[in-house]
Amino acid sequence: MEFAQKENRFAESRMTLLQWSVAGIFLFFLVVFWRMQVLQSDYYSELADRNHIKTLPIHAPRGRILDRSGKVIAENIPTFSIIAQWSDREQVIEKSSELANGLGLNADDLIGLIKVSEKRAPYAPIVLREIADWKQVAFVESHRSEFPELDIVVAQSRVYPANGFASHMLGYVAQVSEKELENPKMKMLNPGDKIGKSGIERQYNAILQGVDGARRVAVNSRGVEVAVLDEISPIPGTDLRLTIDYDLQEVAETAFQAKVGAVVALDPRTGEVLALVSRPSFDPNAFIGGISQQAWNDLSAGPGNALLNRAIQAQLAPGSVYKILMAATALESGVIDESTTFYCPGSASFYGRSFQCWLRGGHGHVNVHQAIVNSCNVFFYNVGKNLGIDKMAEYSSRMGLGQETGIDLPNESTGIMPSPGWKERVFHEKWYPGETISVAIGQGALTVTPLQLAFSIGGIASGGLFPRPHLVADQIAPPGIRMARQTTPQPSLQDSTVAIVTNALYGVVNEGGTGGRARVPGLDIGGKTGSAQVVSNETARANQGSDNLRDTAWFVGVAPRRNPEIAVTVLYQGGEHGALAAPLAKEIIKAYFSKKAGSLPQIARKSDDSSEQIVARPALQGG
Amino acid sequence: MAVSGRHVSLRDFDWLMLGVVLVIAALGVLQIYSTTADTRFAGAHHKQLFWILLGLVGFFLMSWFDYRQLLNFSPWVYFAVLLVLACTLLFGTEVMGARRWIRIGSFTMQISEFAKLAVILLLARFFNGPQEGNLSWPDVAKVGAVAGIPAFLIAVQPDLGTALTFVPIVMIVLFVAGLKLRYFAFMFLAGILAMPIAWQYMKPYQKERIATFLNPQQDPQRSGYQVLQSKIAVGSGQLWGKGMAQGTQTQLSFLPVPHTDFIFAAFAEEHGFLGVLFCLMLYFFLIIRLVQNAQMAPDTGGMFLILGFVGVLLFQFMVNVGMVVGHLPVTGIPLPLMSYGGSSALSVLLSLGLVNSVKMRRFVN
Repeated sequence: MEFAQKENRFAESRMTLLQWSVAGIFLFFLVVFWRMQVLQSDYYSELADRNHIKTLPIHAPRGRILDRSGKVIAENIPTFSIIAQWSDREQVIEKSSELANGLGLNADDLIGLIKVSEKRAPYAPIVLREIADWKQVAFVESHRSEFPELDIVVAQSRVYPANGFASHMLGYVAQVSEKELENPKMKMLNPGDKIGKSGIERQYNAILQGVDGARRVAVNSRGVEVAVLDEISPIPGTDLRLTIDYDLQEVAETAFQAKVGAVVALDPRTGEVLALVSRPSFDPNAFIGGISQQAWNDLSAGPGNALLNRAIQAQLAPGSVYKILMAATALESGVIDESTTFYCPGSASFYGRSFQCWLRGGHGHVNVHQAIVNSCNVFFYNVGKNLGIDKMAEYSSRMGLGQETGIDLPNESTGIMPSPGWKERVFHEKWYPGETISVAIGQGALTVTPLQLAFSIGGIASGGLFPRPHLVADQIAPPGIRMARQTTPQPSLQDSTVAIVTNALYGVVNEGGTGGRARVPGLDIGGKTGSAQVVSNETARANQGSDNLRDTAWFVGVAPRRNPEIAVTVLYQGGEHGALAAPLAKEIIKAYFSKKAGSLPQIARKSDDSSEQIVARPALQGG
Repeated sequence: MAVSGRHVSLRDFDWLMLGVVLVIAALGVLQIYSTTADTRFAGAHHKQLFWILLGLVGFFLMSWFDYRQLLNFSPWVYFAVLLVLACTLLFGTEVMGARRWIRIGSFTMQISEFAKLAVILLLARFFNGPQEGNLSWPDVAKVGAVAGIPAFLIAVQPDLGTALTFVPIVMIVLFVAGLKLRYFAFMFLAGILAMPIAWQYMKPYQKERIATFLNPQQDPQRSGYQVLQSKIAVGSGQLWGKGMAQGTQTQLSFLPVPHTDFIFAAFAEEHGFLGVLFCLMLYFFLIIRLVQNAQMAPDTGGMFLILGFVGVLLFQFMVNVGMVVGHLPVTGIPLPLMSYGGSSALSVLLSLGLVNSVKMRRFVN
């Protein structure tokens, strides 16, 4: 025993040192674990959660848009979106070139997406690819272990009818902009969400838009979902039933083909809009996945601006259509009666200036009925002179001109009802009496929208009832959206006035007047043509053949002539003569009554050939 | 030297050490069960249990076996190991680009584990007998060569981690043998200077691991990723742990190889700081117990035998736990007694059996 002790003694001090060293090593590790597991545990716990917890949106389907009978106009189809978690954005940037390749994106665009999202609220996933095709979905599925950042979620993608059907009225959805997100009303929206940007989609966004839900899921290191931690169900948007009649809309779309202009058909009894067409149209489907600046410019630039909803935004001189309002005003205010005549020698001189009638030889002695049927200018020059601009402006405003009709679409134009007060306000100039004469035949500074004309003339034919035009029935009005009907409780026009004017409207179509092309045997159709100069005659001649300088052709039709069920405005820009707009209105009115009788003829769908133009320009009576 | 006249004393059987070893091994089996239950490694804890039982048999056999016999045989053992190592290099099974395993029946054996045993035995024999406590440079060179040859053969397999295990054996032996501290300083300096040369001979993945260790952000998907996930596992375990089989890092396979190299991260995640504290205390107690046994060894051969094992265990523990907390690079060195793996469990238990053999023979008649 002593021997053994002796043999080992030389090492004793080193042994002690060794034990202290071991104690030091363990103490060191203890401190390291204390730091990580106690002092920094929150930091590591968050990293652990971020590793395995993902928040995936459950998209609420947007409400569908239906026609008056419930036929679907705009709906949704499920598509796949490829998203990344906000917290994974650095990894996405690191792998951007491989990812961009697999997702069919440009790497710079991908990084741009991430950079934009950095400014936004955290925890909203970043949408990298919308409407992913099967190749891109397969790429994500087969590269789970390399790109666990990526997720595929089902999105509800809007589908609009083809060929720009009802495109201006429907509008379109697109990603909410950063500016829009700042609006407190939009605070429930996340970046990348879709909102209505125009038309019905925008006006009724609050109804159509649902509330997205979300799922928090646990995933493993390969991004495979292993458990659902909790789930908030989405609230789907509400379907929206329009007053639009799908069949009439289709007739209007088909009849209008590739012309420039607009068609509005409404029910003057209620203000329900039955069809609303604007041309040229655009494809709303193209906006959903985002549209390039170039494509936007191509659509919106120049006189062919396809994004302009001409039915409510085109502001043009109404031409002779205005004579209906003039006649009603004159009869109401007692300036003329049924038998008042003026002599038309082909022109007349007022305030030292000569004003032409379209018929060089003159119409001779004409009363108000004949003046409307043959669209005599001289008769209305005299009426205008006798009425005076103030009276004209007062009555025209009461009949809807110079202000919004209040239709439930965004950005409706007001047109201009000129008056001395208006001129002073806008130009700080004096009103010249000669201007009154021009306005009397719907020229001068007077401008209207197609909707205003249908609204106004439909209202006159209804005895002075002017229900607010609308596309959505009132009863589903959500809080905060103005829907009140502006119907005057009692008809505001005298029966005699209405009788004289509506009989004249019937005459225009049925008694050899300018609107003969709208005639349908057996149907009580009334109407009025109008042709309005876009530029002076001299300029027009100098630029012969240029479409956008040609005269604007109008036709406003009602049927039946008194208390009409349907009022139709056709605006045919560059159509030169209102008589060429009349057949289009006829198609719609005919279809309306055919459908009512239960026999809507099959609509022959022509191809949307934009080269189609009306070439023949037969000699026509004045406008 | 009175070789005869010593006897085996059952009273001196180190039951305490065996108890600590069994508790650590049991924690390991539980953790292997928790981390593999739902994976393709399911059932690994049964295999581990088998190896531990086999190791226990080995432990008892070694305890009764007179370690001095082994010291006598040690040159033969040593040369046999060198031969097998050379064969492994030539004929071994290639696993993930490295030739480390030699197939015997249905089990694969990692021969390098036994190489350490052979080196320790030979060094113990070298220092057996009365010592003065000062070493000459030729002694240092001999010690270096004994460990260096097998270390080199293992390093070129390539298994740098295991090869490095020979360094602490040499160090602890030289340290206790009384090599002056300034020589250690000198060797440390030489080691640093040799690093650029060693770098030239490293395999790309080894270079990468070291590069990643120095700059973990560089490669988040591979070894840097592994270390990061390991640290997240440890830190998110917090004070109490997430509970058995509840660790998200471990169970959702963010943590790489959670039943082998990173088993301590899995343990730390599921059992928290309190579990870690308990486990560290067990290891601390085991190592201190070994050092005390060395102090009480009947001869210097026995003492150095135990110290060799202390070096191996301490080194493996430090490197593995240091890796788990991100303080040392990823090397693939298992945590002794806990990590899944038959040859590691077997070799540790055999070694501890030898330690017990020394302890049981501490009284000299």
